[in-house]
Amino acid sequence: MKRSLAQRSVIAPHVVWSVLFIIAPLLFMLFYAFTGPDGSFTFENVSRLFTGNYVLIFVNSLCLALIATVICLIIAYPLAYVFTKLTPKWQKICMLLLMIPLWMNFLITTYSWMTILEDTGIINTILGKIGLSVHMINTPGAVVVGMVFCYLPYMVLPIYSVMSGIDHKLIEASQDLGASSRQVLTKVVLPLSVPGVISGITMVFVPQVSTFYISQKLGGGTFQLIGDTIESYFTGVSVNYHFGAALSLILMVLIIISMGVMNHFADPEDVTGRPML
Amino acid sequence: MKTASRIFLVLVFIFLYAPLAVMILISFNGGDSTTVMDGVSLHWYQEMLRDGATLQALKNTVLLSVSSAVVSTLLGTLAALGIHRMRAKHLRSAVMTVTNIPMMNPDIVTGISMMLLFVFTGTLLHLDTYLSFWTLLIAHITFCLPYVILSILPKLKQMDRNLPEAAMDLGCTPMQSFLKVELPFIMPGIVTGLIMAFTLSFDDFIISNFTSGSGFETLTIHIFAMTKKSVKPDIYALSTLIFFVVLVLLLVYNFASGSDERSKQREKAARKRFTLRLREERGEL
Repeated sequence: MKRSLAQRSVIAPHVVWSVLFIIAPLLFMLFYAFTGPDGSFTFENVSRLFTGNYVLIFVNSLCLALIATVICLIIAYPLAYVFTKLTPKWQKICMLLLMIPLWMNFLITTYSWMTILEDTGIINTILGKIGLSVHMINTPGAVVVGMVFCYLPYMVLPIYSVMSGIDHKLIEASQDLGASSRQVLTKVVLPLSVPGVISGITMVFVPQVSTFYISQKLGGGTFQLIGDTIESYFTGVSVNYHFGAALSLILMVLIIISMGVMNHFADPEDVTGRPML
Repeated sequence: MKTASRIFLVLVFIFLYAPLAVMILISFNGGDSTTVMDGVSLHWYQEMLRDGATLQALKNTVLLSVSSAVVSTLLGTLAALGIHRMRAKHLRSAVMTVTNIPMMNPDIVTGISMMLLFVFTGTLLHLDTYLSFWTLLIAHITFCLPYVILSILPKLKQMDRNLPEAAMDLGCTPMQSFLKVELPFIMPGIVTGLIMAFTLSFDDFIISNFTSGSGFETLTIHIFAMTKKSVKPDIYALSTLIFFVVLVLLLVYNFASGSDERSKQREKAARKRFTLRLREERGEL
């Protein structure tokens, strides 16, 4: 009896903390989203989302994040596969090399990308020597490059860890049964690595949808993303907590829906233990 | 096929290291442009070390990330122990879902929701400045917590449930059994959580941006403010310095990471000792 009391009290600080600083803030967001500046209940903030170009901003953010996520996947999947073919020593070195850029703050690396992509930047200086020039900065393409750079390792890591965990006997068995190397990839490795792909997409898509600094610097303010818009209502010149809260609420709901859709379509059999918001 | 995959590997790493190379190169620039090299010098490193605001921001960041890492590790260890011992499945999954919210939610949503909480309580209490070091600390502890808990829980699951019981059979109090058996076993998870919390806190910009007041500037917020003005190579110098510190730490950590193997051996040794002592006691009886 004494022990069970101790067991219960051990979780208490965490429960109190979670209620105060995880649940309460979300309730405040809800509260602000549905009240006006005078504190009265209103739907105005939410209905305003469907006026002006806010819908376009949401669509832009989703599309750009989707493109960046797909590019991450296209690069990361073969990369993880190549990793698993290396010797253990080289696998370790490559993983370390993959992790190091993650430790640099994205503010700095984004700024470095500006230096690289600018009209007078490094790529154009090199191209200029052979009489070419490409306009890259302040285009959606530059923003996608920045996003892919920031989140590529997060896509590689889960895919690699699932792939390297695949029982090699399964591959040998399929080869014994006459599978070609292409068939081994499509019928054995690909289906077994789906959980890694899903957690990779989750880790990459969510921050990409809500990013704000990258689009300001590499997009040059030519088009606004949802993250920029939210930030401008909290720290910019036109501060409006209530409308900003409504925007964030919709962003959260959109992300929950897209995660739910993905988990639903991805693998209906393996839904065990996946933390869902 | 082999050469094709090697070329692919090299291309990806060129992509990942291009901005870092640019950063390091420009930090040694003699001129004050961030695009054109104008001789090599250590000018910007001197400039950076002379800049009081940057050094203050670095101190602030270290203070903040050490304290949030320590507190979130303490809180997270207790939480992991509690969650591990919960019997009711639905209650357990409810706690886990809430715990994971800061990890699953976009940072910007976590940041603004905490800001709204602080703003609301601040105005309610008629405080002049409601965003300070303390609000920043609370926010950092909150978003580090799930990572700490998730690095300790697997260790607890790996542990043989009989180990602490055996310790108590041999006369340990529950507290002693925890300190002498459970804690050493989950220590690698706790250390991983601590390191993770420190780096997450050190590197965070988005959540800090919304929860910090004007009085307390962290490094990332300082850098953000610098990039709003015209940038000089001094932030590159600062980042290059941080990069090399991180690189050294990573290399040390990787060379010392036989720890998982070691913990397995330690568990084996502990188990052997316990069975021996159990036999001894039975023999005496």
